[in-house]
Amino acid sequence: MLDNVIYAWPELLKSLGETFYMLVLTIPIAVAIGTPLGTLLFLTRPDSFLKWPKFYVLLNGVVNLVRSFPFLILMIAIIPFTRLVVGTALGTTAATVPMIINAVPYFARFIEQVLLDVNRGVVEAAESMGANKLQIVWKVLYTEARSGIANAVTIVTVSFLSYSTVAGLVGGGGIGDFAIRYGYYRYQTDVMFVTIVIMVLFVQLFQFTGNFVVRKLDKRL
Amino acid sequence: MIDLRNITKTFATESGPLQAVSDVSLQIGEGDIYGLIGFSGAGKSTLLRTINLLERPDAGTVAVDGEELTRLNLRELRRRRLSIGMIFQHFNLLNNLNVYDNVSFPLEIAKVPKAERRPRIERCLEMVGLSDKAKAYPAKLSGGQKQRVAIARALANEPKILLCDEPTSSVDPQTTGSILAALKDINRELGITIVIVTHEMNVVQAICNKVAVMEHGRVVERFDLHEKNIVPQSPIAQFLFKNEIALETGRETEARYA
Ligand SMILES: Nc1ncnc2c1ncn2[C@@H]1O[C@H](COP(=O)(O)OP(=O)(O)OP(=O)(O)O)[C@@H](O)[C@H]1O
Ligand SMILES: [Mg+2]
Repeated sequence: MLDNVIYAWPELLKSLGETFYMLVLTIPIAVAIGTPLGTLLFLTRPDSFLKWPKFYVLLNGVVNLVRSFPFLILMIAIIPFTRLVVGTALGTTAATVPMIINAVPYFARFIEQVLLDVNRGVVEAAESMGANKLQIVWKVLYTEARSGIANAVTIVTVSFLSYSTVAGLVGGGGIGDFAIRYGYYRYQTDVMFVTIVIMVLFVQLFQFTGNFVVRKLDKRL
Repeated sequence: MIDLRNITKTFATESGPLQAVSDVSLQIGEGDIYGLIGFSGAGKSTLLRTINLLERPDAGTVAVDGEELTRLNLRELRRRRLSIGMIFQHFNLLNNLNVYDNVSFPLEIAKVPKAERRPRIERCLEMVGLSDKAKAYPAKLSGGQKQRVAIARALANEPKILLCDEPTSSVDPQTTGSILAALKDINRELGITIVIVTHEMNVVQAICNKVAVMEHGRVVERFDLHEKNIVPQSPIAQFLFKNEIALETGRETEARYA
């Protein structure tokens, strides 16, 4: 019985590598694009700093639109776009395109929410000191929201570890693809079991690391 | 020093427009500690916030140090705000920054070179008696200490005016004393003009030299507290002063029987 696991082990490692490759591309890009977008969502909300109501309606609408696609359907729907960007719709890199497109608005929403939690009074105090909008964003909002942002990164990472498995359905490789081949087609329950244990361990590790960073950054208590 | 003329401010609320401040004119002289007193909802905070235009009046003009702030564009206004400090009832410190960095914050906003910041921060902390707390985070401080950090922060850019919105309303009476003492010190030693919003006559009696009584968005009476016999005319001023007198006689009574 252990034979199955030993036989599949190199394949499992390769799949894990592909999954991490997807995450390492998706999460930083989602943070890099989602943070400014989320900040713009926050800043252009009715009653907020920037009076750009049309911009808010547009951005808010686009975010909702993308977020309303079930991930698998998004993945299939944007195949032409993926082909345009990476030259092919197959493979691990191609699978990250829909992941990124899904993760950016997801993270942007998170940022908007986290910034909404920053005490208005502190922002007001900064305004009374003559801070401009950029200084308020950098020095007040991001400083006060930093533990919330770290928390959002943790949640998005765990979610996309899960989403990355769907990529296996369209030839993206990764741990999902591995599970389909060994658990589903070959019906090797032992291999499936080991895979699940490894995934659980990774989720625990991400969450533990995330919580640790959040605690380090949060001086509010 | 501060010249408010015919200030009116109306808010749109669910139940229709609400005139928070109605045609108020107020002159505050250099070195004054000027009290704005009244009950909740009288418009004290709104009026105070028009001085640095956190609240822009619908009508009327705000002039500080001879410069009409209501005519400035936003960039110029921000520059002027550097010399108007403000403290709040709930302190509004940055919770993720320690005391030192909180006081450093307005200097960074004002783009003061790094080398100049340290001595100024240390001087401000010393002034409020918190030099030993420089490394502490706000969450670890008492209410009174937090407010003194807020005062140090407000002083960092060497303002000429300090606006205070109920600075003692969320601390106990003893702590109130220490905050008021700090305010009095900076007024005396640095010559900073202070405007203080409160609903407690004790606060006014303790540090103000002048006071305006507000009700329903209007200033109904003003007093120079150095005058010998103050005779309040309006019912609300009579009430406020009477409360204080009752308190005084209470204390005298206590002293007599001690
Ligand atoms: N941003 C706002 N939007 C709508 N209404 C407001 C706003 N700010 C103040 N008001 C209303 O204006 C009136 C005056 O408010 P203000 O805060 O100036 O009173 P105050 O004298 O400071 O009272 P308090 O002692 O409760 O702080 C109140 O009725 C208040 O509800
Ligand atoms: Mg108030």
